[in-house]
Amino acid sequence: MIFNGVLYLVAGSLLLLSFFYDRKKTKKALKKAYKSLLKNLSMMVTMMALMGIMLTIIDADLISKIFGEQPGDLGILLGLGLGSVAFMPSFIAFPLGASLLDHGAGVPQVAGFISSMMGVGVLSYGAESEFFGKKAALLRNLLALVASIVFVIVIGGLV
Amino acid sequence: MKMIKQYKWLTVALVIIAVLLVVNPPQGLSAIKFTMSNLKSVSMVLPPIFILIGLMDVWVPKETMVKFMGHKSGMMGAAIAIFIGAMGAGPLYVAFPVAALLHKKGARLAYIFLMLGAWTSVKLPIFMFEWASFGATFTLVHVTVSIVIYVIGSFVLETMLSTETKAMIRERAESA
Repeated sequence: MIFNGVLYLVAGSLLLLSFFYDRKKTKKALKKAYKSLLKNLSMMVTMMALMGIMLTIIDADLISKIFGEQPGDLGILLGLGLGSVAFMPSFIAFPLGASLLDHGAGVPQVAGFISSMMGVGVLSYGAESEFFGKKAALLRNLLALVASIVFVIVIGGLV
Repeated sequence: MKMIKQYKWLTVALVIIAVLLVVNPPQGLSAIKFTMSNLKSVSMVLPPIFILIGLMDVWVPKETMVKFMGHKSGMMGAAIAIFIGAMGAGPLYVAFPVAALLHKKGARLAYIFLMLGAWTSVKLPIFMFEWASFGATFTLVHVTVSIVIYVIGSFVLETMLSTETKAMIRERAESA
């Protein structure tokens, strides 16, 4: 929340600065901002709706159940898989992950889930490939999956 | 054509919600509730991000972007990419328009991937929240591993794309 404030402050100050230097350019910038927002609106609303559906179907209960029943390597794979498909804001995912740990889930399993949830976006793949093409979008997601796997291995060695 | 494509997925999502509403009303309502709360929280970060996109578009000349984030920018380009990603707010899909603008202005593709990687792993508010939820070891290892893998992986990824693919990505960025 505070951070949003910082973002507003930065954008607001720069906008003001821009206005003092060159009103015409500032008007152009605002026009561009508006046009760009409109252009991306349907993509973003789609993502929000998909996330809404996802949170309903793959809810905390289901995730807890899956994690509760699957320790070990299979649990890690499940965590990575669930995280890649699940698409939730961190204010939901982090408390969920913390409660999974409290209920006995392993750190590597939760690490795989959280890390792939943040970086790998099966649901946003469609939108991503609109921007970068299918191949680059796929590779970018695979890279995020690699980062998650390395994280799981390192944290597994540490705890 | 682009229009139809744009709304295709939104239509699919709305149809799924409608089906849920009929088949399982509580689930349908919950999907709507989650969607609305998403809409509320994400729309909070959209105005400043898109204003910054607009300002960057008119104020930052191509030459400047090429100098700071182009092919010869080296470590500085990588550092700026991580900085932008870390300063970003909102989910990954909000980063796509930002990425398109940076690339259009001449930022190297590897740094675009690096920015996206940072956006998903090293954002400051998320970092603090992650620390509070999972502790220091978890968070520090996560951030360190992510940065190392994304720095190396972004360049590897760039070399894996053909000249044609890169040209296509550039073209899409120009029109974004």
